[in-house]
Amino acid sequence: MSAARGHGLPAVAAPRVGVPWTLVALATLLGAVLVGLVVGPVPIGIGEIARSALAHVPFLSVTTPLDASQEAIVWELRFPRVVLGALVGGMLALSGASYQGVFRNPLADPYLLGVAAGAGFGATLVIAYGPEGVDGYVLPLASFAGGVAAVLAAYLIGRSVGGGRTTATLILAGVTVAAFLTAAQVFVQQQNSDTLNEVYAWLLGGLTTAGWGDVLTVLPYVALSAAVLLLHRRTLDVLAVGDEEARSLGLDVTRLRLLLVAAATLGTAAAVAVSGLIGFVGIVVPHLVRLVVSSSYRVILPLSVVVGASFLVLADVLARTILAPAELPIGVVTAFIGAPFFALVLRTTRSSA
Amino acid sequence: MSAVAFESVSVSAGGKTIVDGVSLEVERGEWVSILGPNGAGKTTLLRVLAGTIGFRGGASLDGRRLGSLRRREVARLVALVPQSPVVPAAMTVSEYVLLGRTPHLAPLAQEGAEDRAAAAAAIRRLDLDELAPRELGSLSGGELQRAVIGRALAQAAPILLLDEPTTALDIGHQQQVLELVDRLRREEGLTVVAAMHDLTLAAQYGDRVVLVDRGRVVAEGSARDVLTSERVEELYGARVRVVDGVVVPVREP
Repeated sequence: MSAARGHGLPAVAAPRVGVPWTLVALATLLGAVLVGLVVGPVPIGIGEIARSALAHVPFLSVTTPLDASQEAIVWELRFPRVVLGALVGGMLALSGASYQGVFRNPLADPYLLGVAAGAGFGATLVIAYGPEGVDGYVLPLASFAGGVAAVLAAYLIGRSVGGGRTTATLILAGVTVAAFLTAAQVFVQQQNSDTLNEVYAWLLGGLTTAGWGDVLTVLPYVALSAAVLLLHRRTLDVLAVGDEEARSLGLDVTRLRLLLVAAATLGTAAAVAVSGLIGFVGIVVPHLVRLVVSSSYRVILPLSVVVGASFLVLADVLARTILAPAELPIGVVTAFIGAPFFALVLRTTRSSA
Repeated sequence: MSAVAFESVSVSAGGKTIVDGVSLEVERGEWVSILGPNGAGKTTLLRVLAGTIGFRGGASLDGRRLGSLRRREVARLVALVPQSPVVPAAMTVSEYVLLGRTPHLAPLAQEGAEDRAAAAAAIRRLDLDELAPRELGSLSGGELQRAVIGRALAQAAPILLLDEPTTALDIGHQQQVLELVDRLRREEGLTVVAAMHDLTLAAQYGDRVVLVDRGRVVAEGSARDVLTSERVEELYGARVRVVDGVVVPVREP
């Protein structure tokens, strides 16, 4: 460093995901997707899947080596499930990272302002009172609406108290709304104990019934939400110096916080609507990136998407194989694998720092 | 044209008047120190100047009415060095200084070559070359203060606001920081408005002091004229003697 003094100015660069980390992340995701396609009760090899994939590309005149049922297993069962897992995992990790930045709170997760409790309440209402068989359509819609409504309520309460200027009142309002809705959800659930199992299965999360329909349902929300959040990655770095200083640097902090919370909420609610409540991804993945690569949100946001996607795809593979043919709730897997892994990362990075 | 012009500016919060009809002019290139006991409204005055809180009355920066300026435009005119900055511990000094370029970037844009050059120049200017790759959390109080001033300098605003810039520093670093600010003021033509705690240092640096109490301007002028032992004793509830323009606290015998 000192050699540079006197010659030219010091090197200054804005933080960004470098080429090596981009490659590592994309390779991880590719690996996770391949594992997701290959692993299952019916053995189908990577080579066969690759040739089958090429057969779907027009003008290549490759014929698929798979029979009709294998084709269906790979492209109608496993692939949509892998894609949905990637979308949900990437979204939850991105939302968690954004919440942590917006609230300058390392413990923030995508459920901080009540999305989970609201979605849970909405889903429980449908499961308990909805007519038999409507679940497929109405359940995602009800949980999505419940999640968004909960955060909206938290925001309005927080704003009426603190004028939207401090994050503490907003978080407290979120905790309040979440507590109320959780109580309401448990009340409805206990009153209708015949549907207890179904409610629990939903609450613990899973991609069991994933199909292309689910993928298409969440895709627009996730795409919009992810675009807004990723475009504001530098804004989150500025917010790291506090509201007052961010204002003195020219940012409209109140408006930006509303926009970022809205985007993260929309994406999270969409993810929750199709997968239930999957914990741990939103809090652990961003911290993993932060500890291993960089503390800048310009690095954390994009890498969290890819790492969160890979993590959830792999977690889902475990969820459907460990107790096969039964399935474990995916939230159990994310915590069971994620917690020790994160403890290890925490130990090694902290002791070497 | 003055860099700063306040005409009976008032600020209230929670039914309490914090700044009460303050009028104040600061010339370009001038250093004005705002003095007053704790809770007098010094920080609030700086926040009005930085455009981060609402107020009543008339205020203009560089001849432009504060109310008519967008937030980004204010940030291009005024840079704030807060009393206790929020420090993202794992951010490097050079990343931190680069954040000063925020008001110069188009919305959602990243820093370009010009911004990197401005930040590099600020780093060199504050002798932060060796600290540039270090994390903020690893800096000493004096080093951190220099990094914050570096960020303000990268902001390239003609008006520099300092909120009690020497509070956390030992006597040597207090002098170094104030000398640095004075050098920047002379060489870059900055206007400096500083809320000051230390009356001795306030008398030694800057052209003019403004003494405020309970939101009002009590006196303004040269430190020698304003800081009389009677005034300081009354406002601060202190026992002092003023020796050769320097306020010295004394103990009851």
